[in-house]
Amino acid sequence: MNAAVLGSSYVLIAIGLTLVYGVLKILHIAHAGIYAFGALFALFLYERGLSFPLSVFLSLLFAGLVGSLVYEGLYKKVLSRGRIVPLVMSIGLFAAMEDLYRLLWGPYKRPIDVYVPLPDLMSSSLYLSSRGLLVILVTVIALISVYVIVSQTKFGKWLRACANDLQLAGAFGINTDRTIFFGFFFGSLLAALGGILVGLYENTVYPTMGSIPSYKAFVVVVLGGFGSIRGAVIAGYLLGIIETFIVYYFGFLLPRDAIAFLAMIVLLMFRPEGLFGKVQR
Amino acid sequence: MSLDYLLTITVFMSVNVILATSLNVLIGFAGQVSLGHAAFFGIGAYTSAILTVKVGVDYWWALVLSIIIGGLIGSLLGLPSLRVREDFLVLATIGMNFVVVSIFNYVPFFGGPYGIISIPRPKFFGHTFGTRAYAMYALIWAVAVVLFVIFLSKRYVRMGFDALRENEDAAESIGVSSPRYKIYAFTIAGALAGLAGNLWAHYMTVIFPDNFSFPVSISIITMVVIGGLGTITGPIIGAVLVTILPELLRFIQDYRMFVYGMIIVFTMLFMPSGIMGFLRGVSNGSTFSRKYIQKIRRIAGS
Repeated sequence: MNAAVLGSSYVLIAIGLTLVYGVLKILHIAHAGIYAFGALFALFLYERGLSFPLSVFLSLLFAGLVGSLVYEGLYKKVLSRGRIVPLVMSIGLFAAMEDLYRLLWGPYKRPIDVYVPLPDLMSSSLYLSSRGLLVILVTVIALISVYVIVSQTKFGKWLRACANDLQLAGAFGINTDRTIFFGFFFGSLLAALGGILVGLYENTVYPTMGSIPSYKAFVVVVLGGFGSIRGAVIAGYLLGIIETFIVYYFGFLLPRDAIAFLAMIVLLMFRPEGLFGKVQR
Repeated sequence: MSLDYLLTITVFMSVNVILATSLNVLIGFAGQVSLGHAAFFGIGAYTSAILTVKVGVDYWWALVLSIIIGGLIGSLLGLPSLRVREDFLVLATIGMNFVVVSIFNYVPFFGGPYGIISIPRPKFFGHTFGTRAYAMYALIWAVAVVLFVIFLSKRYVRMGFDALRENEDAAESIGVSSPRYKIYAFTIAGALAGLAGNLWAHYMTVIFPDNFSFPVSISIITMVVIGGLGTITGPIIGAVLVTILPELLRFIQDYRMFVYGMIIVFTMLFMPSGIMGFLRGVSNGSTFSRKYIQKIRRIAGS
């Protein structure tokens, strides 16, 4: 069951990235900065005496705002400069963000003391703590709402149009700028949710919690085929399962992260468009 | 501020200049964006360290071999670039960096997380290099590498790289073999990074896997992009800045990484083509600088 929890956390971050990448085609590394922000800010609010659901809600809102401000203030200005400029900018931003969190909230690992009103699932073969259960439940709810939003609402339609062809979408009267803005808002919100859930599950929150997910989320996005949300979901769970099994059955030959990256490189060599991507030329 | 401190910074600066220049060949000339340059750097350092410490090879042979092996592995790791492009290549190179570092970390032959210690300083006619001699030696190598790249950019290879960068399909159609030039670029970059690794390992005398982890790749690419992609002087300026900046920023100790990150963000925001590109833009009158020049004239005129 560990695998499902791990996979859930990958999926939440990767979907946000997929939304962003699908539209803008930039590697948004600072996304993981937002992931850490979500968890840290929620904890900050919670420690100020707000109730936990309220602080989570506010944190998600703020994370979304931060994400869309990053687009509005930074990426938008350099979009015409090719891909490497936003990439380097994003790297710099991520470094600055991590350090800012450390300055604001200290470098310590802190627990989230909150009671989760769910039962522990226990049987002879599996054990799932109440927090693990919460992670899986919330992820499923989030996935369903993502599906509904992307496939049913007007905003989802715009988003898909922009992902397909940004200029053409603009020519057909879609406000691409606003769509991207909301895409960033929505994607960042999901990342923050992922951060909060991982923080809850592992019961630690710290400023550099985003460093590993930042690159790993890209592995998931690549495995699923860039820009494909369905692919990202399947790849996220698949990666969670594969990693857990390899670590469980073969021990620590290589660390988890190396396994993920190795899988990605091998896949890229044989199927450069990812597991579920379309061939683009 | 002692002399030794300055000399140490000189060595770091030379190593960074070599790294930035070699990555520039890959990204700025050939257009193959790699975010795993620290892997090549590490391979050079480990090759040299293992040869001198475990095999007992003379330093000068280790130097030659680390350049050759760096180049060979560079061309090997360049193979994915034949299959994947752009963002996928970026991710594949990030992956390679992680895999190489974890191999250093988990294979006992490479010393594991404790790294390799007591790497000898080079000897020249029985005379061991001190800090001062080493700083000169590293500086000479840095100059040699820059001269080599200038030489390279006057050759036919450079035109091949340019064609490759601008449009791969068009380059193929006029008879520029893209696999060949990609492998050339990766080999040159790998060999030069191997040299940098050698210089670094024998100066530090101790190396750990973490010295070659992903953040190092990031700082190398930062040097190149801040300085100006595709120019000769740009990466040099970038390397010098990125080496000196953290030292200059020492007085704000605690806020160092934050300020550093923000400097990168704002450089990209206001000078997206790097410092050299910006300077060139000022002299050529690009739209950005023209706007500012007009503004200055307006203020001055009123």
